[in-house]
Amino acid sequence: MLRAAATLGPRLGRRLLSAAATQAVPAPNQQPEIFYNKIFINNEWHDAVSKKTFPTVNPATGEVICQVAEGDKALETLDNGKPYVISYLVDLDMVLKCLRYYAGWADKYHGKTIPIDGDFFSYTRHEPVGVCGQIIPWNFPLLMQAWKLGPALATGNVVVMKVAEQTPLTALYVANLIKEAGFPPGVVNIVPGFGPTAGAAIASHEDVDKVAFTGSTEIGRLIQVAAGSSNLKRVTLELGGKSPNIIMSDADMDWAVEQAHFALFFNQGQCCCAGSRTFVQEDVYNEFVERSVARAKSRVVGNPFDSKTEQGPQVDETQFKKILGYINSGKQEGAKLLCGGGPAADRGYYIQPTVFGDVQDGMTIAKEEIFGPVMQILKFKTIEEVVGRANNSSYGLAAAVFTKDLDKANYLSQALQAGTVWVNCYDVFGAQSPFGGYKMSGSGRELGEYGLQAYTEVKTVTVKIPQKNS
Amino acid sequence: MATTNGAVENGQPDKKLPALPRPIRNLEVKFTKIFINNEWHESKSGKKFATYNPSTLEKICDVEEGDKPDVDKAVEAAQAAFQRGSAWRQLDALSRGRLLHQLADLVERDRTTLATLETMDTGKPFLHAFFIDLEGCIKTLRYFAGWADKIQGKTIPTDDNVVCFTRHEPIGVCGAITPWNFPLLMLVWKLAPALCCGNTVVLKPAEQTPLTALHLGSLIKEVGFPPGVVNIVPGFGPTVGAAISSHPQIHKIAFTGSTEVGKLVKEAASRSNLKRVTLELGGKNPCIVCADADLDLAVECAHQGVFFNQGQCCTAASRVFVEEQIYAEFVRRSVEYAKKRPVGDPFDVRTEQGPQIDQKQFDKILELIESGKKEGAKLECGGSAMEDRGLFITPTVFSEVTDNMRIAKEEIFGPVQPILKFKNIEEVIRRANSTDYGLTAAVFTKNLDKALKLASALESGTVWINCYNAIYAQAPFGGFKMSGNGRELGEYALAEYTEVKTVTIKLGDKNP
Repeated sequence: MLRAAATLGPRLGRRLLSAAATQAVPAPNQQPEIFYNKIFINNEWHDAVSKKTFPTVNPATGEVICQVAEGDKALETLDNGKPYVISYLVDLDMVLKCLRYYAGWADKYHGKTIPIDGDFFSYTRHEPVGVCGQIIPWNFPLLMQAWKLGPALATGNVVVMKVAEQTPLTALYVANLIKEAGFPPGVVNIVPGFGPTAGAAIASHEDVDKVAFTGSTEIGRLIQVAAGSSNLKRVTLELGGKSPNIIMSDADMDWAVEQAHFALFFNQGQCCCAGSRTFVQEDVYNEFVERSVARAKSRVVGNPFDSKTEQGPQVDETQFKKILGYINSGKQEGAKLLCGGGPAADRGYYIQPTVFGDVQDGMTIAKEEIFGPVMQILKFKTIEEVVGRANNSSYGLAAAVFTKDLDKANYLSQALQAGTVWVNCYDVFGAQSPFGGYKMSGSGRELGEYGLQAYTEVKTVTVKIPQKNS
Repeated sequence: MATTNGAVENGQPDKKLPALPRPIRNLEVKFTKIFINNEWHESKSGKKFATYNPSTLEKICDVEEGDKPDVDKAVEAAQAAFQRGSAWRQLDALSRGRLLHQLADLVERDRTTLATLETMDTGKPFLHAFFIDLEGCIKTLRYFAGWADKIQGKTIPTDDNVVCFTRHEPIGVCGAITPWNFPLLMLVWKLAPALCCGNTVVLKPAEQTPLTALHLGSLIKEVGFPPGVVNIVPGFGPTVGAAISSHPQIHKIAFTGSTEVGKLVKEAASRSNLKRVTLELGGKNPCIVCADADLDLAVECAHQGVFFNQGQCCTAASRVFVEEQIYAEFVRRSVEYAKKRPVGDPFDVRTEQGPQIDQKQFDKILELIESGKKEGAKLECGGSAMEDRGLFITPTVFSEVTDNMRIAKEEIFGPVQPILKFKNIEEVIRRANSTDYGLTAAVFTKNLDKALKLASALESGTVWINCYNAIYAQAPFGGFKMSGNGRELGEYALAEYTEVKTVTIKLGDKNP
């Protein structure tokens, strides 16, 4: 799980380094052949009806990897830029666990027999919803694919999946594995393409019974509108966040600094649940800031195939420019730039690990999702105050609390309006535990038993019987 | 398990049935010792006992004979493996499941060996062992592998300013005593949920059939379960069985066998340390055939229902109630089936019925057959041992059976089908239920109301409608009344291997 990375925490870089050194992680093939770059339907590969293709770009170099069929309506690192060692030890590990977890649910999602009034026998069937459209993002391409396929297939649905245009390659590779595993044709179909075309087509298709989307809140809105305007298809959304990470004065300082660093900077800052508002209680504020800056300065940015690298490039030029824009707004609005603040190289989309101190709630960088390696540190006095400020957001995806006190931990975990609250840890995921957002961070839950609900249609059957006995 | 409604499920939609497997001739039995801490031990007493092939009446080999000191040693190992902080207690639930899946992989790899051993030890037809017993083992292991990380407690809204939640913890060291009719399968029915929930186990296989259990021990070691998690002590009921039932450090016992011994197990469990008890015992299972039934289906199901596994099933359809309008025809067709049931060498692919398990069972069955004749039942076919053929008994059908006859009241556990007549539904419900047993029941009808009425009225843990022996890892199985306590299989099995702890945390009254 990401917990694997979380428990590695401060020693993440070093531990991964030694894992690679002792060959626990196989050496990457930095120039893999791309076999699968078409559209996958009925277990077969097709060109786009329009014959159009689009390029997918390696964000480390800015060069085109290959052309991919554009659907109208060692690979992960090459496509996304995340460090290879993490891709292997974390992303892939979680993918396997998610698939195995949901494999176990397939024959266990029980309906019920129900003691209804009268001479009737009543029970429920948990049926698949039908054709499920799934639109997945570029930040964890394989993992997001597994999070969607696992519950959908375990409950017996069929899938039309649109993969992110920035990162289609690993999903298409998995499509071939689906064929090899022996899923009947038509059960999983994968369409690479763009949002306004392929994505929109899925969201408004009259024959798609349900759509699941992970991405920005802005697009999530469009999906829900399209679903409502077309055939009222069921909708689940996993959207953005501006998750508060609350450091109480009694926290274990070393651990809190490392976890807060990891919470923000992991995956190049490109996590929906990134701890992007670090609230530090005033007694320990100065020390925390000093240590966080030192940690950020020591973060190793470089070639993602290098096993020493902790941070690769941002995924594309659009994100790169957007993040630099936010950094500028931070400077202009009076936040204190403590380190970083610009590009880290002259080729590719690398940005320096950046830390802002003395951030105020009203600043743009305190309100909007940056999705990059930019850390905001804010000061607070009391626990009641920080609850109010943490909750003062239209987002509500995750939150974290660092404290040794039993009562404070309970108070905060109850008060915070977030789908996941981490206590003395961050980014701990398990296929077993549900994940999803309050408010505009999304609707519905993925993972765990709860993840099955969105892919199930409940049918009640009630049979008249001659005489009811309990 | 067997269903007479179609081919055994292979798990993949277009996978063809595998070609007929062949048993391993001259199989060398490798594992004959006591299995503790992933190691093989001789018995403390130095004693051994023989296990026999009931088809040939020859000794297969000697097996180490355990007794109380060996059980004590096994329990020690199981306790150590269960200590807080141990490898087994610290393992992620998902990983426990993974180990069970890997065990299933190895059972699949050694499927032919295990089926051969089972046939040698029990006399059941090799193809049955391969396609039914082993299939059930693999599916049950995989089913419970999937549950391991889905055993969820709850967070609970209570009165007062507290946080309240439950933990579903393993019980600890669990004992299991398993029978000789489906040796490996009955063992897996206990082992899988026990391990899935995080317990450690001490198992005693039946003295008539210890071999497949011991081979499984070798697979458990090969998969890499931590030492002490699974321990196997072969031996006899009055020694090993009694030691397990009354051991003060065993906190739960699961027993499958006769009602008579089940009572002894429960008494010993209570007298010692009130260990939790689950029992799967005997049955005298009614099979009710209504006049509107699909007659061919009913005849075939009733036949397989009573004769399968040489009649040695707790689920045996040993009281067939037929509605009077179709009675004569039903009897006629059943006799036809019984007469052509192929009895012979279990390694012959044509054989459907092998020998009974041992002399004691053989004698008991013949005695009950004699009682049927004496008490006035009409012997339609069979009724005796097969000449010059050891423990083989001819498939036997009695008609005109009445409720007070011994063959209508006592569990025969042999190839004997008693067929009784009934007039109406209310009558058959009353008669079917007037027994202390209550394991399974079957109903053959096309009528919706009749089906639901009988399903609700019959006092049985399982009711089959238009099928027989339809047993699945996903569905709970167990007895009403004296057929047992508790349920095996399905999600319900988990409750038997779990101890629920409620944790209540008082929150500070002032804001911190």
